[in-house]
Amino acid sequence: MRTDVLDRADAADTRAIVAPGLTRERATVRRRRRWVSFALIVLMAVLSIPFVFPTLWMITSSFKPIGEILQKVPTLWPASPTAQAYGEVFRLQPFAQQYWNSLYIAALVTVGTMLVAAMAGYAFARIRFPGANALFLVVLVGLLVPSEVTIVPLFRFVNGLGLINTHWPLIVIPIFGAPAVLAVFIMRQFFLGLPTELEEAGRMDGLGRWGIFWRIAFPLARPALAAVAIFTFLKSWNLYLEPIVYLSSKDMFTLPQALTQYVDAYGGPMWNVQLAATTLTVVPVLLVFLFAQKQFVQGLAHTGLKG
Amino acid sequence: MTSSAVQAAAVVAEQEGRPAHPRRSAATRRDWLVGYTMVAPVVLGSVVFVVVPLVAVVWFSLHDWNVLANTFVFAGADNYERMLSDQGLRDSLLASLWFSIGLVVLNVTLALFLAVLLNQKLPGTTTFRTFFFSPVVVSLVAWTIVWSFLLQADGGINGFLSLIGIQGPNWLRGDVTAMISVIVVQVFKNVGLNMILFLAALQGVPEEIGEAARIDGAGAWRRFRSITLPMISPTILLVMILTIVGSLEVFAQIAVLTGGGPGNSTTVLVYYLYQQAFRFNDFGYASAIAVLLFIIVLALTLVQWQTRKRWVFHEN
Repeated sequence: MRTDVLDRADAADTRAIVAPGLTRERATVRRRRRWVSFALIVLMAVLSIPFVFPTLWMITSSFKPIGEILQKVPTLWPASPTAQAYGEVFRLQPFAQQYWNSLYIAALVTVGTMLVAAMAGYAFARIRFPGANALFLVVLVGLLVPSEVTIVPLFRFVNGLGLINTHWPLIVIPIFGAPAVLAVFIMRQFFLGLPTELEEAGRMDGLGRWGIFWRIAFPLARPALAAVAIFTFLKSWNLYLEPIVYLSSKDMFTLPQALTQYVDAYGGPMWNVQLAATTLTVVPVLLVFLFAQKQFVQGLAHTGLKG
Repeated sequence: MTSSAVQAAAVVAEQEGRPAHPRRSAATRRDWLVGYTMVAPVVLGSVVFVVVPLVAVVWFSLHDWNVLANTFVFAGADNYERMLSDQGLRDSLLASLWFSIGLVVLNVTLALFLAVLLNQKLPGTTTFRTFFFSPVVVSLVAWTIVWSFLLQADGGINGFLSLIGIQGPNWLRGDVTAMISVIVVQVFKNVGLNMILFLAALQGVPEEIGEAARIDGAGAWRRFRSITLPMISPTILLVMILTIVGSLEVFAQIAVLTGGGPGNSTTVLVYYLYQQAFRFNDFGYASAIAVLLFIIVLALTLVQWQTRKRWVFHEN
């Protein structure tokens, strides 16, 4: 069809082609079309403000002295830049330790979830063993249970094991519990859609099940694994309820929890220090996003669909 | 694509699993063992961290259990009776309801609007898509902290408003404005996800139909309402239910932005549960609230699964 090869502006002119000779009308249509495009671009630019401004303001304000942040009308660029707030971030709390806590917990949870979910997803998709459906249903229960529903029994359980104020519950529960279920589901869907020929070839070459999984299926699952990795990492990185329930000492805190702790003696937030700390938290992830945008968008949209 | 692929894979798997010769049955059994081993971590994890806690929370909800006083006494349906006369719970259900309605309406409308804009294939679209999506990867607590600064009485939002001569309210200190603030902050944070889902759906609408309607003289709005909207309606329904279920789990935003206040105007159900358990140490009552939350989410999820069936059907 014509519209497949023509871009939209030209497609708008098909009417003019249908009624030949009306070149003036054609020019008017084109001019109006261009004006509408311009208006829409301006509209999108205006709409971008609430999405982009807070992040930009956060970054630039973290370099402002406190008086400048409190200025009535916010400015984007610091008039007298200072990195003083960044010093305070590390002086007031063991921020480097807290950063490391968040980082290593998220990394372990991500790797653990990828392995556990890939194995389970593969087995549920490919291997026919008695009771597979029943076991899959047991796993699917996790999709129905928000973490808040089970927080009381889990707290009791963790407390009973003496693991309060350790990172164990933040690592083990996400890898094996409800948060992993979505990952299992995504991996299973992926393996269901993967052609079996390559695995057959592996079998001919004498590979066993484990060999086929590790050497063939797992490497082929890279797109699905990327999606799982991205949303698992972000979920762990953003976790808030569980850390404030399980952790009590500052050197054990994770970032989201630590960010809210920069308050003065009266409980009022120390704006510049908080903004510096949030900037340090946000910018690395944002940079990774800008470089791997396609994977992020696809990965996260994927989970939206399946969740 | 999905369901036919599922069927095809199931057929293949069946053929693979069924022993062709009796000789192969040892190999088959070894295959079973591999299967059980591979699913064991997540199955055991689900039992220990999901199923058992779920049963436990129902059991706990039948008890009078104060952690500080160290009391754990069977109380039958006491906690559930208490719910019926608990004004705080009623308020929190109402707050959750307002939050969910506001969030869904605003989020879905804005997501659809942005998706339609991006689908016009104008210059700069990729950049704008990045802009609209970027808050999704910003840490939730960080995003909320920045907005809490901007929403102060003398914060940035009111500063901007004063430029055009409007005296803004103290957003986080008024009942209604606090709720609106929480909703709006959450919408800007996550609307990018729904936007992408809608964008994918819009790109699946064949252009030929719209073109035919255009030649028949249908205007842009008419084409959107009579062609595009019906064609992406399954996605809209799906996105709405996903957003409702997600909206019930809002916690960090409330904790950071308003602390449930002013009064308890933004104390949603989950925040109320948290307060009962970890501020008032009333684990029994908190468990009963957890059961209520589970029932609500369960009901919504069942509706979602019905919707998903329709959606998959539509895609085929």
